[in-house]
Amino acid sequence: MRLRSTETEEVKLNMTSMIDIVFQLLVFFVMTFKVVDYEGDFSIKMPVAGPPEEQQVIEEPPDTVLVKITADEAGDITNILIDDNPVDQNDLFGGLTRQIELLLAGEGDPDLAVETEVEFDIQPNLKYTYTVAAIEAVSGKIEGESVKKLVSKIKFKDNSGGLE
Amino acid sequence: MKFKKTTSSEILEGDLTPMIDMTFQLIAFFMLLINFSEIDRAEQITLPSSVLAIPPTTPPDYQIILNLEPDATVVFEGERIELDFIDRRLAQQVKAATREGVFDPAKIAVVIRAHQDTPTGKVQKLIGICQAEKLESFNLRVINRVN
Repeated sequence: MRLRSTETEEVKLNMTSMIDIVFQLLVFFVMTFKVVDYEGDFSIKMPVAGPPEEQQVIEEPPDTVLVKITADEAGDITNILIDDNPVDQNDLFGGLTRQIELLLAGEGDPDLAVETEVEFDIQPNLKYTYTVAAIEAVSGKIEGESVKKLVSKIKFKDNSGGLE
Repeated sequence: MKFKKTTSSEILEGDLTPMIDMTFQLIAFFMLLINFSEIDRAEQITLPSSVLAIPPTTPPDYQIILNLEPDATVVFEGERIELDFIDRRLAQQVKAATREGVFDPAKIAVVIRAHQDTPTGKVQKLIGICQAEKLESFNLRVINRVN
């Protein structure tokens, strides 16, 4: 009797079409890939002021620091005034941070930073990048490896009507 | 002299397994990193930069991303809308949020991605329009700058 050979022949699949598709997929993903910059937010709570009779009576209203920022015709920053006092012309944003820090440190109250509010009165044609720099300057400063938080309550005086 | 005839035409096949493995890994890498989000639709916007901005950690219940160009055109969901006409779309979005269970407009986060040269008055106007729709939580988006 003749026995059947036990030799197992290797089965080979044709991989060509799969590799074609895989390469097409790879090319698609490589072409559509875009490195996105790491982004962050400045969170601002700005409720609409209701009519006076609806407004809640706050027992102790927060101390409001008025920061006025002026701009030239091109929209570049010219000056920053804190409660009508100009800051150091050579280092506007650094000066703003120092003044806010001094205001907060003045009364030695640790809760002052929480209670103090900054209201920005910004000339409407000022470029947004300066506005963000000013928000950053009042929000905090970097001390070594850590961040010292200053003011978290920020609001804007509506000057949008002044821009055509 | 007699030469040995070498007419054997066997196809030489290299082992493709490692290459396929690598290719699949590359595909997986790019698939995970690909970003089809709103940001791609407003590539023309250059955000201002900051060292102190906090990267968003937990996503809000509902968010509206508004891209604002220097000429006061709002790019919303890939569509360019004049600033004066954005109120209707915002109202629609507030209704859409209600359908998704966010009934209080104050809980809707408005992400403002304004170009760095946009006049601040235009940003304020956009905020004012949002406030008219009872939106009050604003996130001013910036690029994180390494100090």
